[in-house]
Amino acid sequence: MSAKVGRNGSRSIKVDYLTRVEGEGSILVKLKGDQVQDVQLRIFEPPRLFEAFLRGRHYLETPDIVARICGICPVAYQMSAVHALERILGITVDPAVRLLRRLLYCGEWIESHALHIFLLHAPDFLGYPDVISMAAGHRELVEQALRLKKIGNRVMTVLGGREIHPISVTVGGFHKVPAKADLRVLVDELAWARDTSVAAARIVAGLEFPDFKQDYEFVALSHPEEYPLNEGRLVSNKGLDIEVAEYGEQFVEQHVKHSNALHSRLRERGAYLVGPLARFNLNFDKLPETAQQVAGECGVTPPCRNPFRGIVVRAVELVFACEEALRLIAQYEAPAAPRVLAHVCPGVGHAATEAPRGVLYHRYEIDERGLILNAQIVPPTAQNQKRIEDDLWHYVPQLTGLPVETITAKCEQAVRNYDPCISCATHFVKVQRVG
Amino acid sequence: MSYKSKPTDAGDKATNHQPPATRHQSTSPNPRPTVAVFKFASCDGCQLSLLDAEDELLGVAQAVDIVYFPEATSVMRKGPYDIGLVEGSITTHHDAERIQQVRRQCRTLVTIGACATSGGIQALRNWKDVGGLVRMVYAQPDFISTLKMSTPVAEHVPVDFELRGCPINKHQLIELISAMLTGRKPNIPTYSVCLECKRRANVCVAVARGEACMGPVTQAGCGALCPAFDRGCYGCFGPMESPNTTALTEQFRMLGCSDEDIMRVFRSYSAWAWQFRQAGEECEKS
Repeated sequence: MSAKVGRNGSRSIKVDYLTRVEGEGSILVKLKGDQVQDVQLRIFEPPRLFEAFLRGRHYLETPDIVARICGICPVAYQMSAVHALERILGITVDPAVRLLRRLLYCGEWIESHALHIFLLHAPDFLGYPDVISMAAGHRELVEQALRLKKIGNRVMTVLGGREIHPISVTVGGFHKVPAKADLRVLVDELAWARDTSVAAARIVAGLEFPDFKQDYEFVALSHPEEYPLNEGRLVSNKGLDIEVAEYGEQFVEQHVKHSNALHSRLRERGAYLVGPLARFNLNFDKLPETAQQVAGECGVTPPCRNPFRGIVVRAVELVFACEEALRLIAQYEAPAAPRVLAHVCPGVGHAATEAPRGVLYHRYEIDERGLILNAQIVPPTAQNQKRIEDDLWHYVPQLTGLPVETITAKCEQAVRNYDPCISCATHFVKVQRVG
Repeated sequence: MSYKSKPTDAGDKATNHQPPATRHQSTSPNPRPTVAVFKFASCDGCQLSLLDAEDELLGVAQAVDIVYFPEATSVMRKGPYDIGLVEGSITTHHDAERIQQVRRQCRTLVTIGACATSGGIQALRNWKDVGGLVRMVYAQPDFISTLKMSTPVAEHVPVDFELRGCPINKHQLIELISAMLTGRKPNIPTYSVCLECKRRANVCVAVARGEACMGPVTQAGCGALCPAFDRGCYGCFGPMESPNTTALTEQFRMLGCSDEDIMRVFRSYSAWAWQFRQAGEECEKS
């Protein structure tokens, strides 16, 4: 962190290395008097060039390869990839496979949300540098948080072999599916997790939130019957309502010098927001009753436009993910076969799923041998980048009277509202230049 | 076992067989050894393994003093550190310089995961023209600064211990930290996945079902996960101590795999590890 005062009275505030986020980034805010002159979320995470080296790989290798984009949300990458590839091959999976994928995703949401709410974000609100020092004052809360996180990991381990880069997901289904009894052992822990999430949501609702609201365009998947995870149309509160395959017509990525991650914009309206806040505002009616009730008690009702309350919304989604996991396990009957096999045919396929941090879009083109010709991956943090900068443009003027250290800490907290995953964000596509 | 660029150099910088050089003597008056966690080009999964050790995390934090771990804490205490855990491979000029500084600051340097120990999946660039790859991904290639190769940490600085895996096994990480605290040799086997597979009483997917399985040449540590899930191992823990890749290549051919298929199997998560690199290049030639 550093602050410089220039000759003309301008100040610049710099966070050289953003902490408690996944990956490497920094923030630069330039002020002249009370006026913000520039805001840059700089992403210096080294490019890893996934889309480039996916070319020439066999489509069946894709779920394992793309998992390696992110250690925090590998399931999201596997899910978007298998759905896109299944669309090319015309595969419809067994309903039990669909159920297991949704359950696997619930596991990742529980793990990722518990990690972010309690280990990465709560220390901001409670005034600690990290969860370990927070444990000194809030031992029980931290122990509960770790147990919650562990349950999410356990769901992933039962279905996927391990929580980071699971090994069971494949195009057409799973390499191996669990027996009913394998899932039943998760029920007691998940029931505990649901009750604890309800209590946790009430706790985080009692934190102090700055009075800050923005007129966001929220973008999320929407499904007629379910809170969105694996499928749906892409919708927004400002009129967007498209099939995922139309993504490229509505969204554009821009390469800016200060970031190794491309900025996404809606062609017509610019910056937009993906993630828990967007999902919650656009799909509130699909949440189970428990989650809706908790949201009401916690003072978040759609439209929630205060990004700092995102931590409460994330806790409401934690309640949903536990409740949904329990519902899915109760319904589960093992499928006749773990996966559907298909003949290779060339083509293009698109899919978007809801990663813990928001919409994750994939597009693949394969040839007649099943080798990848083109891959395009647009992660949620790349989409939120512009929106994060815009939030700082509007938030910093509220802070100008404060000491630099406080402004800096508050800017970092505002960035963490988005749970940015910078490792994910540095992988993109050939794009059209704008402006 | 080192992943040096030439087979003959193997083992002179990093070793998987020797216990770390230093343990007890802390560089600070604090009796607990200080630990720093550094990230280079990677997915964050290996350092997440520490946070995923939910049952052990608070205990570990009492036994050692975690003073630099940007993913988890805003505290960023300056070095020197007793133990440095390094995730990720070296892919930029800046990182090539930074790893030198990191080495100077750490009494014991441990690399964690396939990226740090072998260059990771991003080492697939090492066989391609990186400029071409950057142009495929970025609209303004001149904004991007990256090296031609993705290389393991041991190609840049001496490494005291390597923990394998994509991702590492969190229990191996806890075992390593415990061993360093007590000054004993960590119990991290370097034999193949096959031994774990037998111990788990898995049916051999290669013999019984004719699946291409990398288990015979891959280091143990995952618990033979893939065979337990009815699929062949895909080598994410990198080469075991003495892999016979030639024999396995022959076996894959007998199963009907083309040389192109076999090359791709060796060129994945530890592609730049010299044993896998050599095997892949032999398939490419033939």
